Amino acid sequence: MATRLMFENSCEVGVFSKLTNAYCLVAIGGSESFYSTFEAELADHIPVVKTSIAGTRIIGRLCAGNKNGLLLPHTTTDQELQQLRNSLPDQVVVQRVDEKLSALGNCIACNDHVALTHTDLDRETEELVADVLGVEVFRQTIAGNILVGSYCAFSNRGGLVHPHTSIEDLDELSTLLQVPLVAGTVNRGSEVIAAGMTVNDWTAFCGADTTATELSVIESVFKLREAQPTAIVDEMRKSLIDSYV
Amino acid sequence: MAESSMFRVPQTIGHILCCKCGVPIVPNGANMCVTCLRSEVDITEGLKKHVIIMHCPECDSYFEPPRTWIKAQLESKELLKFCIGKLGDLNKKVRLVDASFVWTEPHSKRIKVKLTVQKEVLNGAILEQSYVVEYVQQDHMCESCTRIQANPDQWVAAVQLRQHVPHRRTFFYLEQLILKHGAASQAIKIKQVDEGIDFFFANRSHAMRFVEFVGKVTPLRNRHDKQLVSHDPKSNNYNYKYTFSVEICPICREDLICLPPKVATSLGNLGPIVICTKVTDRIALLDPFTLRHCFLSADQYWRVPFKSLFTSRQFVEYIVLDVEPVSNEVDFGGTKYKLADVQVARKSDFGRNDNIFYVRTHLGHLLNAGDYALGYDIYGANSNDMELDKYRGLTLPDAILVKKSYGEKHEKKRGKARPWKLKSLEMEVDESKGRSDNDKMASEYEGFLRDLEENPELRFNISLYRNREYQPSENASMTTGDDLPSVPLEELLADLDISDDEDEENNMRD
Repeated sequence: MATRLMFENSCEVGVFSKLTNAYCLVAIGGSESFYSTFEAELADHIPVVKTSIAGTRIIGRLCAGNKNGLLLPHTTTDQELQQLRNSLPDQVVVQRVDEKLSALGNCIACNDHVALTHTDLDRETEELVADVLGVEVFRQTIAGNILVGSYCAFSNRGGLVHPHTSIEDLDELSTLLQVPLVAGTVNRGSEVIAAGMTVNDWTAFCGADTTATELSVIESVFKLREAQPTAIVDEMRKSLIDSYV
Repeated sequence: MAESSMFRVPQTIGHILCCKCGVPIVPNGANMCVTCLRSEVDITEGLKKHVIIMHCPECDSYFEPPRTWIKAQLESKELLKFCIGKLGDLNKKVRLVDASFVWTEPHSKRIKVKLTVQKEVLNGAILEQSYVVEYVQQDHMCESCTRIQANPDQWVAAVQLRQHVPHRRTFFYLEQLILKHGAASQAIKIKQVDEGIDFFFANRSHAMRFVEFVGKVTPLRNRHDKQLVSHDPKSNNYNYKYTFSVEICPICREDLICLPPKVATSLGNLGPIVICTKVTDRIALLDPFTLRHCFLSADQYWRVPFKSLFTSRQFVEYIVLDVEPVSNEVDFGGTKYKLADVQVARKSDFGRNDNIFYVRTHLGHLLNAGDYALGYDIYGANSNDMELDKYRGLTLPDAILVKKSYGEKHEKKRGKARPWKLKSLEMEVDESKGRSDNDKMASEYEGFLRDLEENPELRFNISLYRNREYQPSENASMTTGDDLPSVPLEELLADLDISDDEDEENNMRD
């Protein structure tokens, strides 16, 4: 189910939050309404953690992660790192990355299996991404933009990309990511998809300006209508128990 | 192995859903379909849609503040330009792509203009929209029409040209100059009066321009005055009638002058007896005995104004008996002069008595024995000039020859048409003096035309037109073979053609 909300009068929800299948990070805002919306929706299933990264609130754009791990920029302070390690479940590997391009959220877009990265990312960072997040890494551009993390948002079920993406590009990306993709907009025609919304396998949060059309597109491509969170989380638990034993 | 040309994948842009209405569209800057964009953004917001303009029904012109009235027909280019100008500076807000008139009934007093404008909206998308502006035409008579309606003969500025000489040669010449340069094109009325012409204008600046034009071609002095006609105390507007009183200097060509002692010394002791050879904006004076020449400008003249001793009306005809050249040819202002001692006798004396005068003349290059010449008879004259009295011990010659004459030949030619003609200004003649001197005027005009024939430099500033009614008769062909100066055909304008300069003149040599 897709929810519409605002962070302190801004519709760019994807900037101030990071949502994955195993956890959710939320920025510290003036009012608690942002946090409580996330909590109301997710607290039963996954931990919702309030944090800052490098002393800023733009945590969604600075970090990149999936259910396996979380990558933080080198500007993250030690206390933040420790706090995140404590708050997140043990199976999530939290790792600080020494990378010149420190806005990892803009440079890396990933789900639990595949990741797309900025074309100029370091070799070591790419290997780290493959290790920590447990994904296959592809260097790509989207509609000619190198900031893949900003212009597309995808989960294990589907993805939404920049509206000017050509059909050939769409086909190619779809093949790489192995999920259905659609070109669309969010927040009343904004092209910066990942900044305007954040998504996981069963729920999505969009900015308050998102029109009904956009919302329906999002719900259909990410297959949110029939998604049951419990089923997905249980599946994860099962696989975890398996590995424990 | 890299290929020489890169393999480029053909890119086809897909469709996305319009974020508002869900209809599939090609992605644009706003990612909305055109209808949704139009409903969102109105680029004509803030532009004028209704304007009031003033129109004068008499002269069909439109008011452009603060003062001008622009003449324009309905649905014309000028009107479109005026209407768009009335909307204020459009370019600051939108880009104007197209403008055209929407037809309205002429008597409806409404003008409609359809404008197409473009503007950039919402990060990059350019939207184009047409809208109609309605102009309400309010009738309001313009100032000039009001003035004409109130009093059709109303003038605002008048120029009174006067020259205190008994002939009208200057005015004939001036008339031709004015015609050639179109200086009186803005005159409402021209009136001919005794000793001058009055010009009436609707505007003080037109009158000033005319006075300056005349000042360039004749030496004059002027004074101006104004008279209050009406006064609007609320807006502090004063309406005046302006008059310019212009006096042309009375010295004419071929006049004999005795210079006042002051003027003579200021010109370098130029002999007090001088002949005026040419009058433009300066007076050219020639001393016939020393062949010295000088120019006198208008203000130099008016500082110590003097009158001529003899004017060309007092010409006496002489027969040249003998010529002895004294000096070489001197070129002065394009004309050559040569000093010579001549023996002359008055025509009236010739054959009757033996009065022969030995005089020095500057016309040595022109005269030969047996020629006729015109000059001033000082021997027989009783001059009453104050300036002359101031000189003590001044010996005056008996006669001064001024120009060569073609008297007899002109007698033959009188009454025959000339191959050229002149245009004339439309003038009202002032009948109030009751003078019946039309004959005098006609003979003066004839003299003026003869002057034009003889002097190519006079013709320089004047347009001559080919006389289509002229048919050369047999008699004329005989006389034109003679050494009579006439206007060469190349100089004549065939009415509105541009004439070439004269290339050769019929000169008067035997």
